Amino acid sequence: MTDLYQSQRAMRAMRTAAMQRGVIAILDVGTSKIACLVLRFDGPGRTRGNDGIGSLAGQSSFRVIGAATTRARGMRFGEIEAMAETERAIRTAVQAAQKMADVRVDHVIACVAGGDPRSYGLAGETELDGHPVQDADVARVLAACDVPDFGQGREVLHAQPVNFALDHRSGLNDPRGQIGNRLACDMHLLTVNGALIEHLIYCLKRCDLELAGLASGAYVSGISSLVEDEQELGAACIDMGGGATGLSVFMKKHMIYADSVRMGGDHVTSDISKGLQVPLATAERIKTFYGGAVATGMDDREMIEIGGETGDWELDRRTVSRAELIGIMRPRVEEILEEVRSRLDAAGFEHLPSQQIVLTGGGSQIPGLDTLAPKILGQQVRIGRPLRVHGLPQAATGAAFASAVGLCLFAAHPQDEWWDFAIPADRYPARSLKRAVKWFKDNW
Amino acid sequence: MSPVGPRDPAPSRLAYRLQRLMLTPGFRRFLRTGLPCLAVIGTVGILAADQERREAVRLWVDDLKAEIQQRPEFMVKLMAVDGASPVLAETIREVIPVDLPMSSFDLDLPDMQAKVQQLDAVKSAELRVRPGGVLQVSVDERQPVIVWRNAEGLELLDETGHPVMPVRHRQARQDLPLIVGRGADQRVAEARALLDVAAPIDHRIRGLLRVGERRWDVVLDRDQRIALPETEPVQALERVIAMDMAQDLLSRAVTHVDMRNVQRPTVRMADTTATELRRISANQAGATTE
Repeated sequence: MTDLYQSQRAMRAMRTAAMQRGVIAILDVGTSKIACLVLRFDGPGRTRGNDGIGSLAGQSSFRVIGAATTRARGMRFGEIEAMAETERAIRTAVQAAQKMADVRVDHVIACVAGGDPRSYGLAGETELDGHPVQDADVARVLAACDVPDFGQGREVLHAQPVNFALDHRSGLNDPRGQIGNRLACDMHLLTVNGALIEHLIYCLKRCDLELAGLASGAYVSGISSLVEDEQELGAACIDMGGGATGLSVFMKKHMIYADSVRMGGDHVTSDISKGLQVPLATAERIKTFYGGAVATGMDDREMIEIGGETGDWELDRRTVSRAELIGIMRPRVEEILEEVRSRLDAAGFEHLPSQQIVLTGGGSQIPGLDTLAPKILGQQVRIGRPLRVHGLPQAATGAAFASAVGLCLFAAHPQDEWWDFAIPADRYPARSLKRAVKWFKDNW
Repeated sequence: MSPVGPRDPAPSRLAYRLQRLMLTPGFRRFLRTGLPCLAVIGTVGILAADQERREAVRLWVDDLKAEIQQRPEFMVKLMAVDGASPVLAETIREVIPVDLPMSSFDLDLPDMQAKVQQLDAVKSAELRVRPGGVLQVSVDERQPVIVWRNAEGLELLDETGHPVMPVRHRQARQDLPLIVGRGADQRVAEARALLDVAAPIDHRIRGLLRVGERRWDVVLDRDQRIALPETEPVQALERVIAMDMAQDLLSRAVTHVDMRNVQRPTVRMADTTATELRRISANQAGATTE
């Protein structure tokens, strides 16, 4: 646990260093595309220090000066499968973004979509001696949370305190300065497959980049796609990516649950490829041009040239109606949404005061999804697009860039995590205490 | 017929690193300024490493320099001496060792000025190259005011006692007064003051004699002398002149007027006169005793 604590703290320090230098890169390593944004931190919000989060929720402190997207390679289900391929793809994206920004970036904040994320709700409490709550007390109560056994090879990605309770008062955002006898906290812990993170770090190292932060793809999509009242009242963000569909549940501006379904747009493409007997590239093109989720009478008459280059005239001149295409796509989309529904049910989403569901990610752009999704997910469904950040090129404003934009916001103003608080002194190994005492003796 | 696969769009590791290097601000600055400087310095260094080439460059530079210096615009063709008597001007021309025409770059004016100022007769000299190729020597000449006879011979002095030039005969400068004796040149101002005071007996003065480097004797014709004290000789001489005016002291048979003791001026008479005086005194005494 201390190991993780140290590495996460090191990443935070790296992020601070990058902010000092003023340039940081955002890397969204997805299954279908890799997006790289270069941010320059020089806005008016930069010098605000600890005094709040600045104007426009910290967004005014940076602007996007470089953006590049490239086809992802070597990825499957949001996980790195062929590292050399992924490394090349990352290199392509980073190089193009650097070229556009005309600046060299050394620090990168990345997000991972897959890796089988698992959420844990942790609770802890500690006694106070009637004095005002201080940072040390918060650290103590966070350390008092009993960490579940999440198994071998899992890494903690997020450990965010979501709620504090002081005596009988619950729902405190920031208990510091208040007086009470007993401080309790709820913490949301998100773990992912450790190998995934190691692979990502290895790829970035091969690209001479330093990892300055790591976030869950579902979480950052939620940050960028959910509006403030949705985050406050309770909402789920469903990021329909290429290889994995991430879902995150927000309440009181905190993520309280995250999960991912190992199905996405790539499966739809492969269904089309199999169903129509066309190559994957053609299937992808047909999907993006003619795809849909709800067929109408008009679609029966709209014929799509499938094409082909076998040389066989009969084979190369095939056409299908759009209704047929939708007939292939719809079951898979339904399957994804149903899987999401079951995950949400398992998480107890129906107990939230507001049950808004926001669909985002590249998959949410399927025409007709806004008709199909309410049938499965309930009435409160909307298609979300990420909010606009300063300097973002038009090409990168689509729903597919929800997690990249979310990462920008995450970089500008990361949420407090467990490791942002110092380890309470009694949790240090005795050796360090002895060392401290020795230091005092030596110097005084 | 198409190649095995589409071209790999990813940059190679080397290309990637190179691009990052080129985006490093320090490296770009080095490329923009450091590298050209290094290249120039390196090229010059390599070229200059060859002794022969260095010599050739030096020769070329010297040639060029000489060519420019020898242009007619920079040539000095004449020397003009102003403010000097013809004799002195001749001397100055001898002293300045230049054979005109000559380039003004080759003239060492400070050195020539020092040489001219070393001449006794020159109080101050100013040298400059006038437009039109003329070396202008403006001289302020010392004016002799007195003739000094010393062991070596006769010499003209200016008012500060600085030697101006030697003269062969006293007759050559009859117009100037004469002073004699060692150390007389140190007290030229005092001598001139004495001569001013002695203006009424001007026609009788032959010269001033410095005695023992401490006091003056005024030497008159008819072998008369006025011995003056070491201090305040001018006042003493004034008293003698006053006595002369009142009683014609100097036109009598007096050989020495001794003012060395100011309280007690003494007069020495000629031998015969003294004897005569004594006889007359004796006669008078006899007459009274008779």
